[in-house]
Amino acid sequence: MSSSGSVLPDDVRGPVTLVRRRAALLALALAAPLAACATAEAGPPTLLWYINPDSGGQARIAAQCTQESDGAYRLQTALLPRDSPSQREQLVRRLAAGDGSIDLMSIDPPFIPEFANADFLAPVPDDVAQAVTQDVAEGAVAGASFDDELVTVPFWANTQLLWYRRSVAEAAGLDMSQPVTWDQVVEAAASQDVTVAVQGVRAESLTVWVNALVESAGGHILENPEEQDPQEVVPSLDSDAGRVAAQIMADLAAAGVGGAQLSNANEDINASMFEGSSAGFMVNWPFVWPRAQAAVEGGSLEQSALDDIGWAMYPQAVAGEQARPPYGGINLGVGAFSDHVDLAFEAAQCIADPQKQAEYFLSDGNPPASLTAFDDPEVQDTFPMADVIRESLQNAAPRPQTPFYNEVSSSVQRTWHPPGAASPETSPRRADQLIADVLQGRALL
Amino acid sequence: MSATTSTAPPPQRAPRTPHRSDRARQEARLGMMLCAPAILVLLAVVGYPILQAVWDSLFSYKLTNPDARSFVGLGNFVLVLSDSIWWQALGVTVLITVVTVAVELVLGFALALVMNNALSTLRPALRTAILIPYAIITVVSAFAFRFMFDLTSGFMNLWLPFVPEDLDWFGSFGTSMAVVALSEIWKTTPFISLLLLSGLAQVPGELQEAAKVDGATWWQRMRRVTIPNMKAAIMVALLFRTLDAFRIFDNIFIMTNGAAGTESVAFLAYRQTIQRLEIGIGSAVSVLLTIAVALIAVMFVKGFKVNLAGSTRAGR
Repeated sequence: MSSSGSVLPDDVRGPVTLVRRRAALLALALAAPLAACATAEAGPPTLLWYINPDSGGQARIAAQCTQESDGAYRLQTALLPRDSPSQREQLVRRLAAGDGSIDLMSIDPPFIPEFANADFLAPVPDDVAQAVTQDVAEGAVAGASFDDELVTVPFWANTQLLWYRRSVAEAAGLDMSQPVTWDQVVEAAASQDVTVAVQGVRAESLTVWVNALVESAGGHILENPEEQDPQEVVPSLDSDAGRVAAQIMADLAAAGVGGAQLSNANEDINASMFEGSSAGFMVNWPFVWPRAQAAVEGGSLEQSALDDIGWAMYPQAVAGEQARPPYGGINLGVGAFSDHVDLAFEAAQCIADPQKQAEYFLSDGNPPASLTAFDDPEVQDTFPMADVIRESLQNAAPRPQTPFYNEVSSSVQRTWHPPGAASPETSPRRADQLIADVLQGRALL
Repeated sequence: MSATTSTAPPPQRAPRTPHRSDRARQEARLGMMLCAPAILVLLAVVGYPILQAVWDSLFSYKLTNPDARSFVGLGNFVLVLSDSIWWQALGVTVLITVVTVAVELVLGFALALVMNNALSTLRPALRTAILIPYAIITVVSAFAFRFMFDLTSGFMNLWLPFVPEDLDWFGSFGTSMAVVALSEIWKTTPFISLLLLSGLAQVPGELQEAAKVDGATWWQRMRRVTIPNMKAAIMVALLFRTLDAFRIFDNIFIMTNGAAGTESVAFLAYRQTIQRLEIGIGSAVSVLLTIAVALIAVMFVKGFKVNLAGSTRAGR
């Protein structure tokens, strides 16, 4: 910064001096705002929280926590891309470069082991770990951990339900008060000429579906997800459970109930398809409920259609065996390179407070990780299916908690997509082969 | 474009001798000095990343595990070239390149003729209108085409006859590629037509008139006078568009995200480097892509004798 204006010798006069004086004034004018910035920095430290896009709930919580911190910190949010693999990409790139500006980040659980394994996450202090796991769904704690250690703070936990049209189930003679199987759902839909909306798009959503099917059939995608040496990871889709999963997928596609867009259907496409006239069943996250309510308010959906929507536990893969619904959500990681690790954990505790989780559920439709938050009367009132969600969360199975999740998931997508081509003979075997080849550096992805 | 602008004969110059005059040497030095900043900038922003990629491609290197970085020599190249995914991606890329460039050349030529023959008062407006698609960001046009052909939000199935109403364009290879190619053609035909227009302007009017006087038909004039006189412009247009088309990424990324076997080579590089964070393998794919692009350029310049710096004389 120039401050030469003050050292002009007294005897210098004339046009040159004038120019210099002007330059000095200009420098001063330019420097003044910078100085103002510098003094502003002297206030409470600003924590930067990288958030996934939502309906504004996280930004509101940030403002609340800033206020509640009583001047200890200011919490600011920065928006990440829409889909979780892109969120991971951006965070990993920054963290690999040692970006100290990342104080807090909202992370999709399957990517947490990779972050933890690469030492991108600041270790969670014991007292914080104790506080933030109290009354939290088991699946959510598992999803926030790596190698038996809590590495993130559980924030909200998601799970998929089986959504159905009451009129369709009734006409098909399906008793929805009892657990139903995939076969029953497909058969009922085929008999009524309606759709079963599933996420068949070649994206993370497909892995979510495959994992839920395999887990529900008693298997796993990986035998030893915790393994940190990629050479030693053992894929285990080529099993009875893997074949059951592929069979369900193939049957659904063959029955023609997946809809014309099955191989491109994601959660949003399915949610809008389920609001249409040919809707029968759908597996999807609870956001579809506030979405349907908004559609009624907006006039694009009849109230009678909303009243026709029912919900149940995720379908069973094997009759009589407890289904393992998908587990998702967001947990809070503290950046390993942050200058304010202690404050960031303080902020994380504020964000994950059960009361705020309940409010977040109400405002954004994302279910809380804290089980007590479900007891909130307003939550019960707004989400009549809250108890089913809570039960589903307790049975939910996380996707493989492996540091190589991205490779595993992409391999599954490559070998199981499109759902119409899934086959019990080939898909599980090819997936195992590709996972092993990719992890051992023998194949492209 | 410089390739087709100079019709004036070169200024009179003394015949070249090994001994240059002082002045010529000084001018050469001045020329070097004037070029130097641009060359330095190019080296910094183009040369350095390419060399870095070549260097990285010799290592097994994952961004999240930098400690395990190890030298593997040409191992990554062997891995890439022995994987069927690479050859499939290369096939897709070549297919898109050949189809789109061929269609664009024909359409672009037609548009250039229209622009060339339009009334001079209409010409600026026409040129602007034709250029609009090229001014649109590829990602934006890719989204537009995706939404147009999408089964839920799109309207193309209703507009197009002989197309079933529930056709999922992005559900299979052929239809996905058709939409990707269409979007590519829609967007870059203006570019090719503009290059060809400058070539058309080069064709000497007196030759055309002479041919007309001799009783040549429109088609004969086109074949014998117009096209031979703008061969260099055609080649430059083809070269630029081929290089561009070979690096296709945005349209595929937005529309199919590589599903239904639509991955291109550039998309493959993105998957390895950005998604898998395998800097070594990804760099190997990128280096191979660079080599392919360089080969295309050499093929055009040497094989078809395109003179990028010269005038239309080169094409004769």
